[in-house]
Amino acid sequence: MFRFIVRRLLQLIPTLFGLSVLLFIWLHRLPGGPETAILGERGTPEMRAQIRRNLGLDEPILVQYARFLRRMIKLDLGTSTSTKRAVTTEFVERFPGTVELTIMAMVLAIGIGIPLGYLAARRRGRLLDHASVGGSLIGICIPVFFLAYVLKAIFSEHFHWFPSSGRQDPTIGATRVTNFFLLDGLMTREWDAAADALWHLVLPGIALASIPLAIIVRITRASVLEVLGEDFVRTAEAKGLTENTVRRRHVLRNAMLPVATSIGLLTGGLLSGAVLTETVFAFSGIGAFVAEAIGQRDYPVLMGFIMIIAVVYVLVNLIVDLSYSVIDPRVRVR
Amino acid sequence: MTITTGKKREKLDRLSELAARQDEQGVSVWQEAFRRLRRNPAAIVGAVIFALFVVVALVGPFLVPYSPTDTIGIREGLIRPGVIPGIDGDHWLGYDHQGRDEFSRLIVGARQTLLVGVVATLIGLAIGALIGGVAGTAAGLGGRWGRWIDSTLMRFIDMLLAMPSLLLAVSIAALLGPSLITVMIAVGVVSVPVFARLLRGSMISQSNSDYVLAATALGVKKSKIALTHVVPNSLAPVIVQATLTLATAIIEAAALSFLGLGNQNSAIPEWGVMLAEAQPYLGVRPGLAIYPAVAIIITALGFTLLGEAMREALDPKLRK
Repeated sequence: MFRFIVRRLLQLIPTLFGLSVLLFIWLHRLPGGPETAILGERGTPEMRAQIRRNLGLDEPILVQYARFLRRMIKLDLGTSTSTKRAVTTEFVERFPGTVELTIMAMVLAIGIGIPLGYLAARRRGRLLDHASVGGSLIGICIPVFFLAYVLKAIFSEHFHWFPSSGRQDPTIGATRVTNFFLLDGLMTREWDAAADALWHLVLPGIALASIPLAIIVRITRASVLEVLGEDFVRTAEAKGLTENTVRRRHVLRNAMLPVATSIGLLTGGLLSGAVLTETVFAFSGIGAFVAEAIGQRDYPVLMGFIMIIAVVYVLVNLIVDLSYSVIDPRVRVR
Repeated sequence: MTITTGKKREKLDRLSELAARQDEQGVSVWQEAFRRLRRNPAAIVGAVIFALFVVVALVGPFLVPYSPTDTIGIREGLIRPGVIPGIDGDHWLGYDHQGRDEFSRLIVGARQTLLVGVVATLIGLAIGALIGGVAGTAAGLGGRWGRWIDSTLMRFIDMLLAMPSLLLAVSIAALLGPSLITVMIAVGVVSVPVFARLLRGSMISQSNSDYVLAATALGVKKSKIALTHVVPNSLAPVIVQATLTLATAIIEAAALSFLGLGNQNSAIPEWGVMLAEAQPYLGVRPGLAIYPAVAIIITALGFTLLGEAMREALDPKLRK
């Protein structure tokens, strides 16, 4: 087990290296550069050259890459060309928002999705089954940004139940410790700040949860249905085991493998930036920031962001693979 | 030695006899699947939506009452700041923000929407199934080379997964310029890892099942087991994923249009673009956003219903 984890973490190094080479070439092939974003169309060739020289973009790509690597080893991601601040500072401020939003969405999606999918499979063909299958279909088919607009229009602009934008009401004057607003509120015992942060998470959380929820319901249902048809479930029932034991130890456990895979993929996807939801709710997370950084050709921000996301993905996949061996002892990690 | 081979041959003969007899009397898996499909109401609904959508996409542009690009409303002075006229007798869904007939645009838009969905899914399916199939086969064959190929391909897939989908799409758009083709490629490439991982995972779990053990015991070659036993049995989740992807491709295309990466030529209407263009006018006429949104939702629903029903019909484990 320990060797497996160490080996997987060591595999991160070639993955990151390969990714950074690919990205470096890909990003620098994009037409235009930061100088166009900074100067617009008016800049003279001399001004452009000056900016490129200041940013070190006039050197050969290999020299630039070597400099990038040297900084990476020191965990320094450089300075953003558009905001002129350290990339790490930008991320420390913005990433927690996206993480909070992702956790909110996944808690909703897993907490509702697995029980609902399981019940739908057990009551196959009955009302609950049809309702949850139908609901999950609609959940998948609604464009997220449309749902976000609808939620905002109904629950925030019409009923005024929830705030329409941002992460927290600035007039509360909450103390910042970790930039996880909800956690900060709990740590400093500023309960109103924590409640307000949670309140701000509800609508974007629901909008973001719609697709993961629908997928988890569907996969759980399909997987449970498949397991229910297996011989060992009939055997367990025939042995006279209580329904609860069969349900927990035989059905759910065997049905969880595909669900765990999809949860891992979905979480990674949400962490990489809920651009649409963040845009609609003016939620200052990482997604909208990075989408803007592409327009600005902000190379340090883009490289740093993708390096971080790559690490997150590898970790999420590692956790998923480890969870396999917990769920199904036949899958042994080597 | 001779006795055992004799027995084995006898057993094989008996098996092949059995197999031959079943072929004479029974129907093929696909025939039976089709029969079950016809009895499933969800499949019928899905198929009807699917058929309707395809027909509209093919012949719609020839049947619409108005040209989708004719700015009638502006010519007749109906569009003023803050005023977009709604439904009237001749214009079933009213006008859009440039005074064009909304109903006609919706009908003509079906074609581009179908094209985006199908092409994007095919791109994702083809590349993803190829990578996943090769990795799954290699993992099943085992050996040092098999494991090496499998893990190299999966590391590549991890890298693709690590690229945030929208970021990938936005950078493709920056390279190719915003257009419908950009959207297709972006949406397709984004779905590659899902297909690859799904097929590989499904193949590996099939490799551990009893019938593969039985085939191995009967002396069937490993490569033949992979191709004739494991791959066909692993395809069901891929088929489900393809129909789901067809639906989500249309939705993701709408999202890219919302971010301004889609088709910039509004002479060719597309639902995602229409939805994106309607955002500034939500307060004036929410219908402009609701019509294309509902069209997208219904179409995606149809694809998903049909795909789900197909999976159930094809899956022998779910037979009643």
